[in-house]
Amino acid sequence: MSVELLKLDQVTIRFGGLTAVSALDLCIGEQELVGLIGPNGAGKTTAFNMITGVYQPTEGRITFAGNCTKGLRPYHLARAGIARTFQNIRLFASMSVFDNVRTAMQVHRQHGILDALLRGNNFRKGEKEVELRVMQLLEIFGLENVREENAKSLPYGDQRRLEIVRALATNPKLLLLDEPAAGMNPTEKVELMKLIRFVKEKFALAVLLVEHDMKVVMGICERIAVLDYGLKIAEGTPEEIRANPKVIAAYLGQETGGDL
Amino acid sequence: MIYKGTKRGLLGAILIAVIVSFFSAHFNRYYQGVAIDVAINIVLAVSLNLINGYTGQFSLGHAGFMAVGGYIAAKLTLVFGATCAPWAQPLVFFAALVAGGLVAAMAGLAVGVPSLRLRGDYLAIVTLGFGEIIRVVFQNSETFGAATGLFGIPKWTTLAWSFGAAAITVYVVTCLVNSTYGRGFLAVHDDEIAAGAMGVNPTRYKVTAFVIGAFFAGVAGGLYAHLKTTLVPTGFDFMKSIDIVVMVILGGMGNTLGVILAAIILTLLPEVLRVVADYRMIIYALLIIALMLLRPQGLFSVRRKKGASK
Repeated sequence: MSVELLKLDQVTIRFGGLTAVSALDLCIGEQELVGLIGPNGAGKTTAFNMITGVYQPTEGRITFAGNCTKGLRPYHLARAGIARTFQNIRLFASMSVFDNVRTAMQVHRQHGILDALLRGNNFRKGEKEVELRVMQLLEIFGLENVREENAKSLPYGDQRRLEIVRALATNPKLLLLDEPAAGMNPTEKVELMKLIRFVKEKFALAVLLVEHDMKVVMGICERIAVLDYGLKIAEGTPEEIRANPKVIAAYLGQETGGDL
Repeated sequence: MIYKGTKRGLLGAILIAVIVSFFSAHFNRYYQGVAIDVAINIVLAVSLNLINGYTGQFSLGHAGFMAVGGYIAAKLTLVFGATCAPWAQPLVFFAALVAGGLVAAMAGLAVGVPSLRLRGDYLAIVTLGFGEIIRVVFQNSETFGAATGLFGIPKWTTLAWSFGAAAITVYVVTCLVNSTYGRGFLAVHDDEIAAGAMGVNPTRYKVTAFVIGAFFAGVAGGLYAHLKTTLVPTGFDFMKSIDIVVMVILGGMGNTLGVILAAIILTLLPEVLRVVADYRMIIYALLIIALMLLRPQGLFSVRRKKGASK
């Protein structure tokens, strides 16, 4: 594995009496594409929310690029280089496609509130740069023609794509995709797989993918971790995972009908 | 390219206000008073729109911030204005307005920081309570005239001052919102969680909106005090906040132009309908109900047109 980017060390989170994720160890190297799978309610999204700072783990520690993320809020982590998409698309509904991406450029904005009011050269130069970068991104993903459209009026697949573009605008080192294939038809899924591979190469970043769709996960991930009832039950290459009896049991139930 | 001309527009608007004001001696005093009312309401509505409309934080405390600014500015001119030379009057007035705005902004910060963890209705209730507290504090403070209020405030608010302030308010809100920085306000409005994930600090934006909104409400309070020449605590009750909220809702949340039009209409309407003035609140309530049913995006809203079919 290459240089370690994200590391979860014995991460546990409890909500009252419920242990949603238990002693999870996970490591993601720079520019690695890792999948996190598991049946419904296994704790995948919870793990996501801990990595992005929405939840704080009850025990254990998460380090990103060598720094402990304890106590950091989502916007801190976004600035540090963790970007994400959401299971149920969360675009900024009142804004255009362009502005959705522009908002995510906050992280790199050099001008602030006073510049915005005085509208000096510094501000204009900064805004110009932001605009240029947004347009570059939109062009890469073929969204430049809908830049003035309202984000929520795009077709479903494009909305998913826009969410990825918006996440990329923060210039992340790690991109977390929460069920990007949800609600997509087979053609869109193939497109999505191409897109994820492309993004990873083009922007030289690591990707952590939470996904239900086995075809997608098996098709693109270099390494897969499997969660079941908050516990990591397996980790390995797609081939290893596919052959792992524990994983099969978790997904299909045990053949012997034993004491699960 | 999109940003060109905004500064020139501001200067132009202020210049026109000053020139018109120069000839104000020829105008009917009644119309002049109404016009100044319009301008003050524009300041109030546009600044509240930054909080309620663009940032999506439902505040019912705008009259409270207005009271803070009004009382502070009035007290300052009462103390320093009477003794100063006539040429220094505009300076004293300006300083008093800014001071009133700044104290109101501090009040905005004081309310904003603890209460902005709250959302929706809860925030509305807290800001409502805050507005009432402010009013009661002034009502019981001897320094500010207690229940009788302050009177004999110099009548310094002219067309130039009021419309100048309105122009500056519109300029500040427009410039803020139409920048990469300002898209953060809208992001917080649309989806706080997504905003956070994109590096926007939601709390900071909310507090900023509150502080800026409160500042201009304070300035409006100062203008109001120097227009009416008397201040009574009951003038800043809950109904005043509702008046401003109605302007924002009628104009369309997060639509500055619409809110300006609404402020104009809702200031002129009671003047035109003097006969039915007693029923104003009923008419307001009916207006809001009808609006929510027929045009929830506000009378003049155009911004969300494309997304209407989501």
